[in-house]
Amino acid sequence: MSETTLGGIADRMPKFIRRADPAVLTAFACIVLLLFLGSLYSRSFLSPDYLLQQLKVASFLGVIATGMMLVILLGQIDLSVPWAVAAGAMMACAAAAYGPLGVALAIPAGVFCGVLIGIVNGIGVAYLRIPSMIITLATNAVAQGLMVVYTGGYSPQDSATGAMRYLATGFTIPGVPNAVIIWALIGAAMVFVLTRTSFGRTVYGIGNRERAAYLSGVDTRRVVMIAFAISGGLSAFGGVLLAGYASKAAQSMGDAYLLPSIAAVVLGGTSILGGRGSYLGTVAGVILITLLQSILSVMQMPEAGRQIIYGVVIVAMLLLYGRAPASR
Amino acid sequence: MKDWRYWLAEQRGTLLALGIFIVMFVIYTSNHPAGFTANVVQTASNKGVLLAFVAMAQTLVVLTAGIDLSVGMIFLLTNCLASWLVVGSPTQTAFGVIAVLLVGLLCGAINGAIVIYGRLQPIVATIATGAVYYGIGLLLRPSPGGSVNEDLADALTGRVFGVVPASLVVLLAVVLVIWVPFSRSVLGRAAYAAGSSETAAYMSGVPIRRGKFAAYALAGLLAAIGGLFLTFFTYTGEAAYASGNAYTLFSIAAVVLGGVSLFGGKGSAIGAIFGALAFRTIGDLLFVFDFDPLWQPLFQGVILLVAVSLGAFALFRVRNRLEWFL
Repeated sequence: MSETTLGGIADRMPKFIRRADPAVLTAFACIVLLLFLGSLYSRSFLSPDYLLQQLKVASFLGVIATGMMLVILLGQIDLSVPWAVAAGAMMACAAAAYGPLGVALAIPAGVFCGVLIGIVNGIGVAYLRIPSMIITLATNAVAQGLMVVYTGGYSPQDSATGAMRYLATGFTIPGVPNAVIIWALIGAAMVFVLTRTSFGRTVYGIGNRERAAYLSGVDTRRVVMIAFAISGGLSAFGGVLLAGYASKAAQSMGDAYLLPSIAAVVLGGTSILGGRGSYLGTVAGVILITLLQSILSVMQMPEAGRQIIYGVVIVAMLLLYGRAPASR
Repeated sequence: MKDWRYWLAEQRGTLLALGIFIVMFVIYTSNHPAGFTANVVQTASNKGVLLAFVAMAQTLVVLTAGIDLSVGMIFLLTNCLASWLVVGSPTQTAFGVIAVLLVGLLCGAINGAIVIYGRLQPIVATIATGAVYYGIGLLLRPSPGGSVNEDLADALTGRVFGVVPASLVVLLAVVLVIWVPFSRSVLGRAAYAAGSSETAAYMSGVPIRRGKFAAYALAGLLAAIGGLFLTFFTYTGEAAYASGNAYTLFSIAAVVLGGVSLFGGKGSAIGAIFGALAFRTIGDLLFVFDFDPLWQPLFQGVILLVAVSLGAFALFRVRNRLEWFL
């Protein structure tokens, strides 16, 4: 790594442009296109207030998609997002009902539940070798069952703590919502982990060929399990932020985040087969998805039309650049 | 190895599912307040058959080592469509049924085309097409409603000769008309071969693309038959997102219980049918034992988790650790 960074900035810039992933460039181009189309519809689309508001909404999806990306880089998938989000939100709000100590521990409690769900996923995928798609669906169902039993089938009455609301809606730096800062911090940490730590390199290695990574002496199963635990924890943290934003948790609050989080990662150029992808692409995917949702809702498109356009856009964009290589 | 033992080894998953189903059903009926009567069997089969059709659909795709996360949504879409079309005179009804089935076939074919010719991963592609199908269903039925030809509905959810549930007869007919010919045809063999080793199948000149395409398209058709039955059962069409998701999830559970390998190439739709019936019976056990219905989602989730974990026992037979990493 040290040899290649000696080139200096002047040398690296053209290389950076040359090596930019066409998928990431396409995603950013689509963002510009969406903003252009939006500005034709209404001038306020380009106002800083609107853009900042979109960035704030995007940051919830961004936090969740960060965990999803880690799992997808392994060549796996995490379908337990909906109820990991809901469990994180509900448990954080529930903890808040238990006096001052509960209020203080609300956020860790929520995230901890997500990590637990992630660990079950990880044990299933890494040690029991169950296909991730299946085991995560199953843990999602179990988490849903637990939450239904806990809440009695209704949305819980407990409300979010002040800290949760502050994280989701407050402003530490004037003009920049806290949620955006959190996303930026988590994103920066993710970039660091992926590019500068052996854990990150191993994640890419396992995504390319787990067998080879194993033969190179890596404990691949532990890495897979940690990745799933992180994904579960980030999903739950996303849920905590969402609960802070809406000031309480709701039954199906996570359902709307499964498809968007996968779509954001995949549209950002991360290969669904694992081993290839950059966090910059995921950022582009998250912003793209959020803008698309926002424009559709500003145009007062009914839910049905939104779902259709959404599915069609995802398939169309994947057909543009997400195709597997032709067989032989 | 003798022929019958070979057959037994091949059908082990199916026979296991049959066994689980029989045991569960005996427990269910012996604790049911009404006991083992034609009425109880009819209700149980009507509920079970819905999932059985969706599970058969899922099996076809899983055999090719793919997955169809849109089956539940095709099921919803055809339910909503049927609540518009399957009404009126017998001729209109017949055309309605055909139209609904064709739409199901088309949905499956679109999935197949995107996955096989578009070369997208089945999981992402079918989640996205599932959103589209759900959207169309919601467009057709923004709120629950509609109607269905009640004579036909009653005939197909009633009893034949006063004893045999008609829905079971239809299920048997579908198996004989769709599954048996498909699994014995060149295309069916190709679907199996593509699931067990796509490279080897390709090298042997097996028409894997057509086989996989047929599997996806027929999966859509089978999900549509399920959707029709849901309409016959409820007399209405409803685009309920949670219900579609639940059917997709349960179809996977049924497939696993039915001994179909999620890695493809192994299992049969018959096994998945028994898996579906067993899954439904296990879910309903809670009611005969007077549990709070609130516990049902958790109970079903735990069954699903246990069922998929059972597959891990195969790990003990692995001699070379490298085989962990397929």
